[in-house]
Amino acid sequence: MTPSRAAFAAILGKDLRSELRTLQSLPAMALFAVTTFVIFRFGLDRTSLSGSLAAGVLWATLLFRLFVAEREEGGFDAIRLAPIDRSVLFAAKAAALLVYLLALELIAVPIFALFFLDSVAGLAPLALILLLADLGLAATGTLISSMAVNSRARDLLVPLVLLPLVVPLMIAATGATDPLLAVGGPGYHRFGTWLMVLGLYDLIFGLVGYAVFDFLLED
Amino acid sequence: MDGHDRSEAAVSAAGLRKDFGERTALDGIGLELPPGDSLVVLGPNGAGKTTLLRILATLLRPSGGEVVVLGCSLPGEAWKLRGRIGYLGHEPLLYRDLSGRENLRFHARLHGTSGERAEARIAELLAAAAMERRADERIAELSAGMRQRLAICRCVLHEPELLLLDEPDSNLDAEGRELARGLIGPGGGRTRVVVTHDPDRFLPEADQVLRLGIGEAAAVS
Repeated sequence: MTPSRAAFAAILGKDLRSELRTLQSLPAMALFAVTTFVIFRFGLDRTSLSGSLAAGVLWATLLFRLFVAEREEGGFDAIRLAPIDRSVLFAAKAAALLVYLLALELIAVPIFALFFLDSVAGLAPLALILLLADLGLAATGTLISSMAVNSRARDLLVPLVLLPLVVPLMIAATGATDPLLAVGGPGYHRFGTWLMVLGLYDLIFGLVGYAVFDFLLED
Repeated sequence: MDGHDRSEAAVSAAGLRKDFGERTALDGIGLELPPGDSLVVLGPNGAGKTTLLRILATLLRPSGGEVVVLGCSLPGEAWKLRGRIGYLGHEPLLYRDLSGRENLRFHARLHGTSGERAEARIAELLAAAAMERRADERIAELSAGMRQRLAICRCVLHEPELLLLDEPDSNLDAEGRELARGLIGPGGGRTRVVVTHDPDRFLPEADQVLRLGIGEAAAVS
């Protein structure tokens, strides 16, 4: 068996190098986010948003970019043939997706603030919610996209299976974001509870991924 | 050799079956291939040749029967087998956005080799495939024949004991075929299973031949 750390670094390094070279996912995701904000701004006919509406617009946009982020894996069979622990493959693919998501948020959240927010005071605690939500999205996104990697109905299968799975995550993320973007400055009503829900979701799907990834890669 | 006994068959199968839903792709395949021998698999399109190869490579689970490869019973001991086989499929299994050299480095790292040892092995293979001058170009920019040469390098990079080759001469010109023979040809004590539509080219190298038919019993000769 190849040592786990070496295999993890090899797969993550390959994914990031490939993305940096082609810049396929990030510009597409960023453009998608900006377009969605523009549509919301004109569709809602509002120059500023707060509370649950702001949380909804932000998370709807950030969730949809996950589907833009998924793409084809050219050499997946070769990785499956390597003497590596399958949980390392899961961890490396999830880490790569997490990096994409965080990189996109570095672009999308300031644009969101510019378009819709009167105050940026809630953005610092929002970073913690984004991180926890991204961990969950990376785990579920990796699980489902790996399951569908060899399927001809991949484009249909991924959103169909992924969307119901991330509903609890979205409820917790919008619930935690709502008071942070309230009129008059950030509030922390049930903030800790929603963070615990997000953490629990991450833990459950991290463990599920670790346990079933090997099985999902079988035909 | 991880407990692999040379006196045992390198590849053995009995009553091997593979179903895809209602359709049976392989039915009742039996074979016994000693270490170091070459098996050539022939048959029309849809006869299950690639399916057989993917089962031996641990990429597909058999639906029934027994399969033992290099002493590992499949699918239960597939994890012990990975890293000991070299698989060359219809796709080159290379990343289009990386160069040939970067792809080979990546696969070397997956197989636990890096640094000078990996670079020396990669340089040796690139020279053997006459690909040194194009090794730093992205895979997407190379011709199908050049990708196949690099795929062959990837297949033997980790010095596998068993080669599973699906139409290895695909897209290769005469020079490429000759170079490929040096890398994945018979000899060197390596066991080979070769799927081909070109019996004239591969039958002279075969120790055994497995003929698969559609709806017919498989025949080993």
